[in-house]
Amino acid sequence: MSAQMRHARASGSGLWPTGAGLAGFAALALLAFFAALALGPVTLPLGRVAQVLLEGIGGHREQVGTGLRDTVIVLDVRLPRAVLGALVGAGTAAAGAIMQGVFRNPLADPGLIGVSPGAALSAVAWIVLGGSVAGLLSPEARMLGLPLAAFAGGLATTLLIARLAMREGYTSMATLLFAGLALGALASAGTGVLVFMASEQQSREFLFWTLGSLGGATWMKVGLTAPFVILLLGAGPFLARGLDALALGEAEAFHLGLRVERLKRIALLLVAAGVGASVASAGVVGFVGLVVPHLVRLSIGPGHRALLPACALLGAAVLLGADILARLIAAPAELPLGVVTALVGAPFFLWLLRRRAAIG
Amino acid sequence: MYQAHDLGLTLQGKTLLHGIHLAVKPGAVTVVVGPNGAGKSSLLKLLAGERRPTSGCVTLDGTDIGTLAPAVLARRRAVLPQAAEVAFAFSVAEVVGIGLGASGTARAAAAIEDLLARVDLPGFGHRRYESLSGGERQRVHLARVLGQLAVGTTGAPRYLLLDEPTSSLDLSHQLLVLRLARAHAAEGGGVLAVLHDLNLAAMVADHLVLLAAGRLLAEGPPAQVLTDAVLARGFGVNVRVNTVPAGPFILPQSVDGA
Repeated sequence: MSAQMRHARASGSGLWPTGAGLAGFAALALLAFFAALALGPVTLPLGRVAQVLLEGIGGHREQVGTGLRDTVIVLDVRLPRAVLGALVGAGTAAAGAIMQGVFRNPLADPGLIGVSPGAALSAVAWIVLGGSVAGLLSPEARMLGLPLAAFAGGLATTLLIARLAMREGYTSMATLLFAGLALGALASAGTGVLVFMASEQQSREFLFWTLGSLGGATWMKVGLTAPFVILLLGAGPFLARGLDALALGEAEAFHLGLRVERLKRIALLLVAAGVGASVASAGVVGFVGLVVPHLVRLSIGPGHRALLPACALLGAAVLLGADILARLIAAPAELPLGVVTALVGAPFFLWLLRRRAAIG
Repeated sequence: MYQAHDLGLTLQGKTLLHGIHLAVKPGAVTVVVGPNGAGKSSLLKLLAGERRPTSGCVTLDGTDIGTLAPAVLARRRAVLPQAAEVAFAFSVAEVVGIGLGASGTARAAAAIEDLLARVDLPGFGHRRYESLSGGERQRVHLARVLGQLAVGTTGAPRYLLLDEPTSSLDLSHQLLVLRLARAHAAEGGGVLAVLHDLNLAAMVADHLVLLAAGRLLAEGPPAQVLTDAVLARGFGVNVRVNTVPAGPFILPQSVDGA
């Protein structure tokens, strides 16, 4: 190793100071949020977006001409979509970071190890079965139950994976990934069967569940997703010390005074809640839960106290950025969101792996 | 006092420990020696509370440690693992800070630097844990457990459980670890160390315990346990204690200041 590299590696556990990193991620998230409101078939200047937004907050809507058009575009079309995107991105990335902490493995991404597909399967099952068992559920009940169903599916998959891959506190990385891939493929196949059995516009819906989209964003979806994501993010600070201790090993975490089993159970419940709510409203969006925590650890280090909020901020920024691309690349058609995150995320992740191998 | 009462452990039909009575007294260093597979590490796991015994119990000042909350136990005893792999790229200071239950403050930073100096790793705080050698990592964890006890319960003896703390260390750092163990005992704490090296054990132990095939074969002051007859029974080798060989030999006891 060259003296220069030794020096670079010696500069603390991350490349940037924690505060600067958090501020940077917050700025990125804010930028992406406003870009999501401004960009589209009709591109509005940022000043105009801010004006319409402020008017909207003040309870005032412009009623005529381009004022009406801008108001509808910003407040009715793009705002719910941007808020939902921020929630889904924050929830997915923070859930990824927590899951990686529990499994002590940076590759334990809810999308990669089958949790998100599991959530999608049970969401679809809820819609299809709730619909076909006619009269049992009102449309409202079907809608309200959707994130809960996705949560249950995500939780079931998480527990199954944990049982398969963990033995006496040790996670077999190979078992985790292979079992996760198999479960994910199985869940996606199940989703496919249900969708094709039940729906008229089959392939579109199947794409929504397996590749994700923010296309159907409504305030209703925002309202159904927000509590789960807020729960996940709010619990983060209470898990931080435990997840740090867990990085030393399960026995060591116990020696340090943690109730390890309880910590793991709570953490995995929160992961399932974040993933379930995200999947219920935006389908399975891959790579965000994998790449975002990885980037954050590189930039500000792996300590969970800062990692979790930083992941939420960068996750929101990345998902909003991906959604902007999904809307613009083939406009007026939309690419599935997961296609964009995979197109950008997969090569990026491969590059990161190569770089890590070269350094360490 | 930290005590094992008639401790037994059976895993998958195999008896690993049988009828162990043991007392780890404050102010003294207790050392467990024995051949591979004797059950030394299993005994340490039971004493740490990490595993529940099949029979018998472990008590701390008369209370079964199985009934104590992990956080309460953690303020009274710390455990140095044999080898701990740390997931993710934590810095050395962060690993030690996890033991202190705090980091980020100036006071924590000073405490961490002080602990690292005690284990002869001054200025290592900003290094990445995964870039260190095995021996350096072992000392980082020693700093971490010393820190855990330093912020533990005051006014009651605190116990240090060490699982082969010298296994990847060079001679001078082996002696450093033993000095720290002795210092902890001198301050009124209790130490239980599993050691491989009989010379080191003889040097540091107030009370020596020989474990073989899951049973306590002999215990007492080192001079009583380290005899030709006991070692032959425990390790299955015929050895003559205190016999000087012809060739060059190096004993930790002969190091200046040891």
